[in-house]
Amino acid sequence: MRNPQLNEKGELQHLLAIEGLPREIIVRILDTAASFVGVTEREVKKVPLLRGKSVFNLFFEPSTRTRTTFEIAAKRLSADVINLNIATSSQTKGETLLDTIDNLAAMHADMFVVRHGTSGAAHLIARHVAPHHHVINAGDGRHAHPTQGLLDAYTIRHYKRDFARLAVAVVGDILHSRVARSLIHALTTLGSPDVRVIGPQTLLPTGVESLGVRVFHDMLRGLRDVDVIVMLRLQNERMKGPLLPSAQEFFKCYGLTAEKLAAAKPDAIVMHPGPMNRGVEIDSTVADGRQAVILPQVTFGIAVRMAVMSILGGGAT
Amino acid sequence: MSVALPDAERLYDALARELRPIVTPATGMIGIQTGGAWVAERLHRDLGLAIPLGTLNISFYRDDYASSGLHANVRPSQIPFDVNGRRIVLVDDVLFTGRTVRGAMNELFDYGRPESISLAVLADRGGRELPIAAQFVGATVAVPPGAKLDLRRDDAGRLSLHLEAGG
Repeated sequence: MRNPQLNEKGELQHLLAIEGLPREIIVRILDTAASFVGVTEREVKKVPLLRGKSVFNLFFEPSTRTRTTFEIAAKRLSADVINLNIATSSQTKGETLLDTIDNLAAMHADMFVVRHGTSGAAHLIARHVAPHHHVINAGDGRHAHPTQGLLDAYTIRHYKRDFARLAVAVVGDILHSRVARSLIHALTTLGSPDVRVIGPQTLLPTGVESLGVRVFHDMLRGLRDVDVIVMLRLQNERMKGPLLPSAQEFFKCYGLTAEKLAAAKPDAIVMHPGPMNRGVEIDSTVADGRQAVILPQVTFGIAVRMAVMSILGGGAT
Repeated sequence: MSVALPDAERLYDALARELRPIVTPATGMIGIQTGGAWVAERLHRDLGLAIPLGTLNISFYRDDYASSGLHANVRPSQIPFDVNGRRIVLVDDVLFTGRTVRGAMNELFDYGRPESISLAVLADRGGRELPIAAQFVGATVAVPPGAKLDLRRDDAGRLSLHLEAGG
């Protein structure tokens, strides 16, 4: 079966997940993003590529950073952007997801950026829309958050250059994290030989090793000599649930402190997709320290989203 | 295709001679990637220009984006000087339809408002589709319709012109 993200010529039609994307497409997105970083430093921070196109931000789940950076990216490509917080609109009136999409398509939408609590929502929309529409998954359930995985990969490449020599540790709640899944697929596709996941047994998906990662339950052992540390957000509802004793206990074992960071290489970088829980998964001295690249991640995220939208939005339709 | 093409090195010498009297220490030079940037790199050095060389990749300004999509090998544009109020010499290898130059001028104005832009090209092959002309030309070159005139650079840095099928 054809990858639903690619058209019959093998070009990117939708961005739904990093899993199954050919390496060349990922590299092309990262290379294109590098050119957009320069655009955002100019006097006029816009290029005309998506002039006359409409990008609909459909957020069925709340988000500030992702929605805002998609909006900025679309505007810097000269698109018209319409933001819809559906959680508070039609859905509560009983309209189905696909009816909502049909109505927006009738308003001449060109691109849908979709955040949804249910895994597979973006795939469902991509299968439903006409070929001239493009769908970008901005996070679906526990499944995927491909632009976050790409901006993480971009950040790692920016600071560390060659994926083939890197050891990368992803720490925390892997089980519920679409960010972790997308990043792991990106890293293994790009050829990182040593990807590790670190967390308590209860927060690791069963069979996670099949993704090509090594599993650690001990933070200090897992961080030994890594080049990159990616801390995941521990969602509030997990702290009280049955999977963890308490936030304090989690911090003691898996919170990134200066002492634990010392196990990594001295020039290791610290990443976090945000929003951070200071004192739960990361200590403030580390979050604000010289090894943290958490704010550059946000800036690179705009360029990466510009790259994805400009690659999707061009060409014969 | 067996068409006699001029030696790109002689075209380069002619172009450099034309430009020498008009450049000043304040001239900003910008090459259009990739062939134009090769020519600009040489001119910048041989004319002893003081202001660092700029390069433009016009992929984000092409007028065929809607039909052809984004080019596969986008590289960053770099203009390491303030274009505002500056006299700019824009350099390309081959001038044909003029669409690339239009894209380059659109991009340049997103960096600021230059005092003037003049265009220097190694080869003018005619066939303009826009009202654009070069002020400095290495030579005009007759090219069969439908052929593509291409500049190449070898490992020693020598420039040469080649014909390829497909315009």
